[in-house]
Amino acid sequence: MQPLAEPVSQLIDAFSQLPGIGPKTASRLAYYLLRADDAVALNLAHALEALKANTLFCSVCHNIADRDPCPICTSDQRDHGTLCVVEEPLDVQAIERTREYQGVYHVLHGSISPVDGVGPDDLKIAELLQRIREAESDSVADRPTAPVKEILLATNPNLEGEATAMYIARLIKPLGIRVTRLARGLPVGGDLEYADEVTLGRALAGRSEM
Amino acid sequence: MANRIRSTGTRAVILRRRDYGDADRIVTTYTPSLGKQEFIAKGIRKTSSRKAGHLELFTHSALQVADARTWPIITEAATIESFRTLRTNLATIGAANYIAELIDRFTEANDENQPLWELLLLALRELDQAADDDAAPRRALLLRWFELHLLGLTGFQPQLFHCLSCGEALEPVQNFLSLSDGGLYCPACATGNRDLEALDPDVLKVLRYLQREPWPAVYQLSVRPAIMLRMENVLHRYLLTILEYRLRSTDFLHHVQG
Repeated sequence: MQPLAEPVSQLIDAFSQLPGIGPKTASRLAYYLLRADDAVALNLAHALEALKANTLFCSVCHNIADRDPCPICTSDQRDHGTLCVVEEPLDVQAIERTREYQGVYHVLHGSISPVDGVGPDDLKIAELLQRIREAESDSVADRPTAPVKEILLATNPNLEGEATAMYIARLIKPLGIRVTRLARGLPVGGDLEYADEVTLGRALAGRSEM
Repeated sequence: MANRIRSTGTRAVILRRRDYGDADRIVTTYTPSLGKQEFIAKGIRKTSSRKAGHLELFTHSALQVADARTWPIITEAATIESFRTLRTNLATIGAANYIAELIDRFTEANDENQPLWELLLLALRELDQAADDDAAPRRALLLRWFELHLLGLTGFQPQLFHCLSCGEALEPVQNFLSLSDGGLYCPACATGNRDLEALDPDVLKVLRYLQREPWPAVYQLSVRPAIMLRMENVLHRYLLTILEYRLRSTDFLHHVQG
C-alpha cells in the first residue's frame, strides 16, 4: 500500500488528538482542507496560531482573555461586589448571553470529582478566597474593585457541581458574605412526566407566587 | 430482513461518568446481572435532556439499553432510588465516591456478582440515612464493614481467624499481620519474620466481628476512636496492596471528614 504523503498524515494525526475526533473524521477533515481553497487552510492556520499566541488566563477571574486583567474585570460598568463562580470559561459565555447578570466572574476550571482524583486543591478556590481578601482590604490599584457582598455559585446542577458549591459555601459563609446558588428546577420546554424526583423536588421547594 | 436492534432492560447504579463528544457522556454503572458496564448516554449534557436527572452519580435507575458498535446506548432511564439526602452533605458525598471507586476498581465487565450489587445498594441506602454531621462514627463503621465485605465478595478476604502458617485458630493475644499474604500469623509462626506488624487483640476482635456479621448486627456497635483509626489504616493499606495504586477518592474523603 502506498504510504500517505507526510504532511497529510501529520495533519490527520494532529486532528486525531482533538476530543471527539476519531481517525476517520480526522482523515475527512484533512482531505477537505487539501481540496479547499488555500485561503480556508491558511485562515485556519492563522486562527490556530493566534489562539495560542494571543490568549491568556485573566489573573483575576481566570477566564480566557486577550489581555490581563480581562475586559470584564476592568470594566467600571460591572458590579464588582457580586461574584459569580462558574466551572468553565464556556459557562461565562452562557451567562453573558442572558444579559441578566451585571456582576463579575470567577472561573474554577473544573469541579470537585473525587472519583477522578479532582479535589478542592486542583481548582481555583484558594485564588477565590485571596481575591475576596484583596477586595476587602482595597489593596488593588489597577482595576475597579469593591468589597464582595454576594457570591453566586453557578456550578453545574449535578453531583460534582453541588459538591463544589457546598464546599465553597462552607468556606465563604463564615466571612459574613451572602452566598447564593442558581435556582434549580424544570427546564423550559421540559415534560413534568420525565422529570426525576430530585429535580421535581427542588422545583416544588422553590415554587413561586404567580 | 431489517436488522433488529437488541434492547435490554437492567437496573444500575451510576459509578462514574465522563464527557464524550458535544453533549454525550459515557457512564460506568454497576448492574445486578451484567456486573460493571459502560453505556453511552446521548445528549444528557443538554438542559433539555429527559434522562440527565436519572443518570446522576450514585442514582439507582432502571435502564433500557440498545446494542451499538462501541457502547450500548441508553434509550430510557427512570430513577428507582435517588438517595437525595446523601447529596446534601459533603461527608456522605465523599463516602459515596469512595464506595463507587472501590466497586469500580474491584470489578470487571460482565462479571455478575449479585451479593456485591446488594452490598452496594445497602451501603448507599445507609449513607442516605447517615447524612447528619453527628452520624460520622456510623459512616466510618459502615465504610470499614463495606471494605471487609467487598474484599470477601471479590476473593480477597483477609484471613482473620486462623494462622496463615500453621492453620491453628488465633488466640485473643497480639498476633502478627502480613498485608501481602492477606492475613495473620500466630506469635509462634511470626517469630523471625521481620515483614509482619503486630495487631492488637482489640482491633482484631472488631475486624472479625465486622467481617462475620451482617450490617443490622453491626450498625449499633460503638467502637473506640483509636481502634477505628487503626482498622482504617490497616484496611486502606490492605486495599492498596491488592490494587497496587492509590485510591483517588480518599484524599477528598479525609478532607471532608475533618
